[in-house]
Amino acid sequence: MTNLTEVLAPTSPEDAAAAFGDGSGLTVVAGGTIVMPEIKLGRLRPERALYLGRAGLEGIERSDGTVRIGAATPVAALVEGAPEPLATFAAHVGDREVRSQGTLGGNLCAPPAETFSRGDLQAPLLALGARVRSAGSGGERTDSIDDFLAAGPDGRLVLVLEVDEPARAATAAVRRPHAHAYTILAVAVAETAGGLRVAIAGAGPRAVRATAVEQALAGGASPADAAQSALDGVNPQDDALASGNYRRQVLPGLVARALGDLS
Amino acid sequence: MRLTVNGREHELSTPPLETLLNALREELGITSPKAGCQQGGCGACTVLVDGEPRRSCLTPLVAVDGATVTTAEALGAPGKLSPVQAAFYEQYGLQCGFCTPGFVVATTALLERSPHPDRGQILEELAGHVCRCTGYVKIVAAVQAAAAGEVSESALEAGATGPSRQEPEVLVPGSPA
Repeated sequence: MTNLTEVLAPTSPEDAAAAFGDGSGLTVVAGGTIVMPEIKLGRLRPERALYLGRAGLEGIERSDGTVRIGAATPVAALVEGAPEPLATFAAHVGDREVRSQGTLGGNLCAPPAETFSRGDLQAPLLALGARVRSAGSGGERTDSIDDFLAAGPDGRLVLVLEVDEPARAATAAVRRPHAHAYTILAVAVAETAGGLRVAIAGAGPRAVRATAVEQALAGGASPADAAQSALDGVNPQDDALASGNYRRQVLPGLVARALGDLS
Repeated sequence: MRLTVNGREHELSTPPLETLLNALREELGITSPKAGCQQGGCGACTVLVDGEPRRSCLTPLVAVDGATVTTAEALGAPGKLSPVQAAFYEQYGLQCGFCTPGFVVATTALLERSPHPDRGQILEELAGHVCRCTGYVKIVAAVQAAAAGEVSESALEAGATGPSRQEPEVLVPGSPA
């Protein structure tokens, strides 16, 4: 099928946005780590593809406490160059080679797989209250990460993510040793001007915020008490990596650990 | 798509969204990169793209247009192995050998970046190549030997008495060469 695919390879962000248009009928390829196996397995049969590797969407810039990260920045570059808790989460994606290829934008927009969730970087982006600059129908716009994840990435081409350097940040994760260690559940916490935010990866097809925990903390609860609200509005599911029951048992303790590391 | 592979320039007819792995194996007949899981998990397809280890099964050809690709074939030759290849040979750092080209390529890049990695660094950096045979003690020993330059002359000359590259190759269609 791939030999029928028309591949566009724009060389600037503007050309990428123009080539993307409203995104209909277009498969976006950046690092290829998720999309190439989908094509290989025949689950995705692109008619047209947009390759972003030469579109000038890579790089991390800092100014006045704000960090701007291009959507095609490799995950490996985040390990050294991104603020916490994003850097720690990035360090645990895949392995060295996969981190060198996979991109922040791809990780953000990855659809969940049939048997496990993807997009581990969604949680630290939620905790940091990231702003998502994207192109698509109606032109460029900036959404909160919450709104972007709620609406889904369809029809949008992510260009840049912007976060503020947090005053404090922490992470906690359950890693399952295997030939590769998989993270089955992880908590990201960050305190910015927008307040303290807590997000969870692995408790559903996409990362979610633990808003009940945030509210308890804002109301003066101790970290240990606030963590007991971790399952309010959060309903971990079974998947290939762990059972929903196991995740429910573990999650409050994991949130407590992350909050404890914060202070 | 233009690509320099192991020192030779090629104009490829493989389509741009096909994998680099397929282009190497099917169009160019370079078979050290293995088609293992083809999902980026096993590391057996790893090659160097402009000196950096990459999963060729995850890399669309469009991403490497104009790039320089190096596979295990170009690191050494029978009778004239690279120090890393010789160390894997001498330390018995392989069992079935399917993951070995990936390990050798990734180790070569690791020692370029970091000539004296400690054990923890070796385990972390080569984690993407872990396969099934449990032969990792010897693989780590091989990486350490290569890093320390503890490779014997006879190991570097291994394979010299094997089949000459001049002999006609017998290709069996579909075989996991």
